[in-house]
Amino acid sequence: MSKVIKIKRGLDIRLKGASEPTVSIPDTPALFAVKPTDFRGIEPRLLVKQGQEVLTGTPLFCDKVNPDIVLVSPVCGTIEEVVRGERRKLLNIVVRAGSDQRYEPLETGSPESMDPEKIRKQILRSGLWPSIIQRPYGVVARPGDIPRDIFISAFDSAPLGPDYGFILREDAEAFATGIAALKKLTSGRIHIGLDKRSAQSNLFTGHQDVDYQVFTGPHPAGNVGIQLHQVAPLNKGEVVWTVSPQLVALIGKTFMLGYLDCSWTFALCGALIREPRYIRGIMGMSVAALLTGQIVEEERQPRVISGNVLTGSNIGKNGYLGYYDSQVTVIPEGRYYDLLGWAMPGMKKYSASKTFLSSLLPSKSWNIDTNMKGGQRAFVLTGQYEKVFPMDIYPVQLLKAILVGDIDRMEQLGIYEVVEEDMALCEFVCTSKTEVQEILRNGLDLMRKEMGE
Amino acid sequence: MKAKKLRQLINRMKPQFEKGGKLEKLHSTFDALESFLFVSDKVTGRGSHIRDSIDLKRTMTIVLLALMPALVFGMMNTGYQHFLSLGTNVSFISWQTFGFGFVKVFPIIVVSYVTGLTIEFITAQIRGHEVNEGFLVTGMLIPLIMPVDVPLWMVALATAFAVVFGKEVFGGTGMNVFNPALLARVFLFFAYPAYMTGDRIWIAGLTSGEGVIDGFTGATPLADAAAGHIDKIPGFMDLFIGVIPGSIGETSALAILIGAIILVVTGIGSWKIMLSVVAGGLFMGGVLNLWGANTYMQMPFYNHLVLGGFAFGAVFMATDPVTGAQTETGKWIYGFLIGLMAILIRVVNPAYPEGVMLAILLMNVFAPLIDHLVVQSNINRRLKRMVKSANSEK
Repeated sequence: MSKVIKIKRGLDIRLKGASEPTVSIPDTPALFAVKPTDFRGIEPRLLVKQGQEVLTGTPLFCDKVNPDIVLVSPVCGTIEEVVRGERRKLLNIVVRAGSDQRYEPLETGSPESMDPEKIRKQILRSGLWPSIIQRPYGVVARPGDIPRDIFISAFDSAPLGPDYGFILREDAEAFATGIAALKKLTSGRIHIGLDKRSAQSNLFTGHQDVDYQVFTGPHPAGNVGIQLHQVAPLNKGEVVWTVSPQLVALIGKTFMLGYLDCSWTFALCGALIREPRYIRGIMGMSVAALLTGQIVEEERQPRVISGNVLTGSNIGKNGYLGYYDSQVTVIPEGRYYDLLGWAMPGMKKYSASKTFLSSLLPSKSWNIDTNMKGGQRAFVLTGQYEKVFPMDIYPVQLLKAILVGDIDRMEQLGIYEVVEEDMALCEFVCTSKTEVQEILRNGLDLMRKEMGE
Repeated sequence: MKAKKLRQLINRMKPQFEKGGKLEKLHSTFDALESFLFVSDKVTGRGSHIRDSIDLKRTMTIVLLALMPALVFGMMNTGYQHFLSLGTNVSFISWQTFGFGFVKVFPIIVVSYVTGLTIEFITAQIRGHEVNEGFLVTGMLIPLIMPVDVPLWMVALATAFAVVFGKEVFGGTGMNVFNPALLARVFLFFAYPAYMTGDRIWIAGLTSGEGVIDGFTGATPLADAAAGHIDKIPGFMDLFIGVIPGSIGETSALAILIGAIILVVTGIGSWKIMLSVVAGGLFMGGVLNLWGANTYMQMPFYNHLVLGGFAFGAVFMATDPVTGAQTETGKWIYGFLIGLMAILIRVVNPAYPEGVMLAILLMNVFAPLIDHLVVQSNINRRLKRMVKSANSEK
């Protein structure tokens, strides 16, 4: 086995409502959506009209700069609605599923025997190209690039994160095929990050020409960016790709089946879910039917998050599963006033600091709501971010460089190496309630613009 | 139920203080009071959906809690020293000593808070900011580093100076260069030296010439040490417990140690800074022991830890996150240099018997430089890595 890399700094927030390892297969919902806002770095150009019939795999929109990058319909049906927001920004392309199953055809064959160009074309046509995220900037990869390496984290260490070994337990062949395809697209190596804490299912191991690293330690040990930083940090001018395991398997399946199979398993979890478990559904599905009767009746409103509580997006009760998310988390909203809340002993208040009595109950799992729990202030405390940010980067200094728009300094301080999820815990623990992820995203966008990419 | 009624009352009042309301000018004040009573109902938007329960109010409350042992001990010591100077026999832990000390110290605290918070509220209103909680701690630190006989108008003047020139001119809490509480002290030290040094100010009543029994000087052990009267200073344990004359909150290393434990266990105070200040002090004390040019230098080096304001400075002043070094590596260097400078100034320069205050203010100035060097080494590391990888590709 390969050497074990120990992540010392970080934080595991134990939340209530972890998914049991059982899978439910719900009825196929009527509505599906692809959300252009899920994809960083893509300027959407709409390719369909309301009422138009589409097959599984029919392109719905493409990128204006790289029209080869398309996002496709996950089901066969008709375009129900094109939802636009302010300034006609494309928000949702909603598809109503029909009764028949028809697919846009793709190539079949073993990627081992295909040339890279053919593989690239297949992934682009299948609508799965956006599953490849590039670093720096955390945007959808450019088809013309040849990345230094490709990194895949085989585990999710985020709160209530899904177990990919469980999700993909029947898809070992698809995963292997996906790896074989991706291997052809890099000049370097494929690196897979494994978890030491949980038994690692052997579907991730044993692939040829793949480097393995085993990680141990608290979240964000499972973040691909942290793993990349430990194994071979990204330098200026380099490009590295990352893909999440379930999307690797999906890529693999297109080569096996000759069409896009959008089956997607995700964890339905969180304190407000009656029976936290895994759901075998379809990409982009509406979660409305799934949540009916599943949410614990409480005085407080539920917040439905596609993704985890640190980085996910608020999709609402009638929302749609995000493209990259293998998890839907439901937690209570926190719209309430707390009388002298800051002064109370706090047996029921979770904090990573030891300033509440609750820290005497270390093994408890928590039901944390969405209250901000304090007002925003200037940066006052120090050393707080560093405790949960296992990179050789000065987080506060980087954020301050972004706030003043100092491009050179952002570059010097390592902005190429991070994306929002890597610093999400900094935002969680921040005493001054700083919007860390948003600041970082502004910095990344500014940097990308400056570099003309 | 009471909480609900209070909330309803605030909800009714709120519109008047918001934009367009009659009392719009008092928005910051209202907001500060409201957020004091109730943690807001604001929920997370973009970014992380859940947040840690800690906020700045909680943080400052913990620091105040950590200051309580020193404050209570200071009050009792004030009473005890007073009765000692009169020749009255009282036990240290008694209502008499605490009662007298309370009556003497409480007005100083009130003056410090009223002056400071008034200025904070006014500037917050002018800037349209929220009132920052930083002064909750500063307002308590100032009385604790004053001699008990300090006139109240001086406390007010020093506090005003510290808040206006120490903090607000730099842009408020989080932007200041100097520790405001120390600035208050140093202001008085240079503006009114007669009230800040000498043998009479440390004991309540002595300045106004109340009866003193024969042989009682009122000098602090630190002053004795500086004067070369090493034989007069108490033993290590007595200094550690702190039943000696001195500034209100700084005499008892024991009480300060309890505070230090609270700060370190809760993670609010940097143990790295505390430890490195102590290490720096011990190091310099040891060096001076080896030098040994006079009796002060010959004093056992570990006595420095429990003399004067060293312990208080290490635990409550050097650890101020805003004015100290902000990088973890920088904290070691920053703390060590404070300890080292403090003892050096204390022993070598007889004009300033209290070196800690000046050492911390001096290092406040150098903290950004230390951080700069630490961050620069990180930047160089990254550059080197880039060059190396570019070369290996060739």
